[in-house]
Amino acid sequence: MPNSASYHMYPCGDHAVTIELGNKVNAAINQKVISLFSYLKDQSIHGVKDIIPAYHTLTIVYDTALLRKKITTTTVYEWVCRQIQKAIENCKMAIAKTPALVRIPVCYDLSLAPDLKTLAAAHQIGIDEVIQWHTGKSYRVYMIGFLPGFAYMGSVHEKISTPRKASPRTLVPGGSVGIAGEQTGIYPFDSPGGWQLIGQTPIAIFNIHKTQPCLLQPGDEVTFYPISLTEFQKMKDHEPAHS
Amino acid sequence: MSLLIHKQGLLDTIQDTGRYGYQHLGINTGGAMDTIAMKISNALVGNSLEEPVLEMHFPAAEIVFEEAVLMALCGADFTAEINGEALPVLHPVMIQKGSVLKFKKNVTGARVYLAVSGGYISSEWLNSNSTNLTVKAGGFEGRPLQKNDRLLLTRNAFDTFLFKDASFIPLPWSPNFSGFYTNHTFQFIPGAEYHYLNSVSAKRFENNYFTILLQSNRMGYRLKGENLELQNHKEMISSAVTKGTIQLLPDGQLIILLADHQTTGGYPRIGHVISSHIASLAQMRAGEKIDFRQTTLPDAEEQLFKQQRDLQLLQNACTFRLQSYFKN
Repeated sequence: MPNSASYHMYPCGDHAVTIELGNKVNAAINQKVISLFSYLKDQSIHGVKDIIPAYHTLTIVYDTALLRKKITTTTVYEWVCRQIQKAIENCKMAIAKTPALVRIPVCYDLSLAPDLKTLAAAHQIGIDEVIQWHTGKSYRVYMIGFLPGFAYMGSVHEKISTPRKASPRTLVPGGSVGIAGEQTGIYPFDSPGGWQLIGQTPIAIFNIHKTQPCLLQPGDEVTFYPISLTEFQKMKDHEPAHS
Repeated sequence: MSLLIHKQGLLDTIQDTGRYGYQHLGINTGGAMDTIAMKISNALVGNSLEEPVLEMHFPAAEIVFEEAVLMALCGADFTAEINGEALPVLHPVMIQKGSVLKFKKNVTGARVYLAVSGGYISSEWLNSNSTNLTVKAGGFEGRPLQKNDRLLLTRNAFDTFLFKDASFIPLPWSPNFSGFYTNHTFQFIPGAEYHYLNSVSAKRFENNYFTILLQSNRMGYRLKGENLELQNHKEMISSAVTKGTIQLLPDGQLIILLADHQTTGGYPRIGHVISSHIASLAQMRAGEKIDFRQTTLPDAEEQLFKQQRDLQLLQNACTFRLQSYFKN
């Protein structure tokens, strides 16, 4: 559990509060965020509508008008802050839930990886090396944002860390695997996007027909493994189509 | 029991008060842009305030009522006509079977809400009937209404209405809704990066007008004004944003996030438009000018509480009127 000096809270508008648990992108800080997220979710605090974890923050969205009917001696904001302070005191941040380990197949065939060649050239390494570095470690899901189910994962090895494209593509195919700085991610849908595309996964990252529509959750650990174009097509035929 | 889309509109979708509880998965809340107009349209026809409604932009769809219904329009004034006759907004109106609803001209506002007594049959996804266009889920097949779509209604036709020769009958009352809306001045509370504005920019932010750009949509409003600058560059790490968050883009211009905004963002948060002003903002159109005035968090909470209480009172009055009318 963090002591009071290690976090601070501020309003995120008149119906949300953000708790900042650090000031950088770092697995230990993010682990605190995820632990507190899981704990607060289980608490079901009255009037709380959403809890949104990010790299170093957790934002609690609440129903101001509903809570204001009961809370008259302080602001609703102050009341929510107090509930969170109590939760932080009781939450054993150190005891993290064991993260889910997710293995994701990626086809790095150049026909599905429009930026792989230039990315390898920019780092003066071979394409095979890029694939080795990308598949050679596990990545933490720091947060989900941008699109439904879009996981921001990190950190990629510095040998393949590459800034976003100067001008984004108007259409990135769903399933595309990309790199942006030290982050890696998968587009769940066809979408505009500026990440460097190095491959594609045949499996569905988002499925509206499931009660849990997202394959990846904040805090998960992800590894990628390479598959051939033939395997890619075979697997894709068995998956619901990317939207 | 249906409404037939005779001619497709620009963007007509089923929306409710939004999809909450899934933002940690990147699934935005969506929902009606102007939840006040949405709720008043429901109140006028005796629905629960949260009943999903049809949100329409201009040019809006042409709609054939295939059954007699009790309906209400609230929000923007798009010069509604039934069979060529002007239709009053903000009244409950009984519509004769076979009538055609058209919208001629966008006089004021950006979005109109059409509620029918009993509500529409629409699909729910993750506890909300709001249409999510990215995921293609919720509402009417997860998409905007198109020509020849039939929007089914949950309740039987009002066959007992005595229309005689009239194609519609407005019921003789209309709520006073002016107190729910503000003019072009939007109150905000400062965001986490507000104090990073340099002094010139902080003054500009509160003293200048900003024009709403054409690139504005349900995700957010892009504004054009004199450039704003931060006094020192602050390294930003993405975190959650909310409806009403005013972000400063790298080019010195502002964007205000609205119903379909992304759940996280990495631009400096200059402020947050207070919740009770979001409905008014959602009725502003491209080309119109707005300005900002700072207020406090307790004041913002108080204004929202009062607005919701007034909505409740309005609903009670509507229910009473409808009950007395149909008893006689």
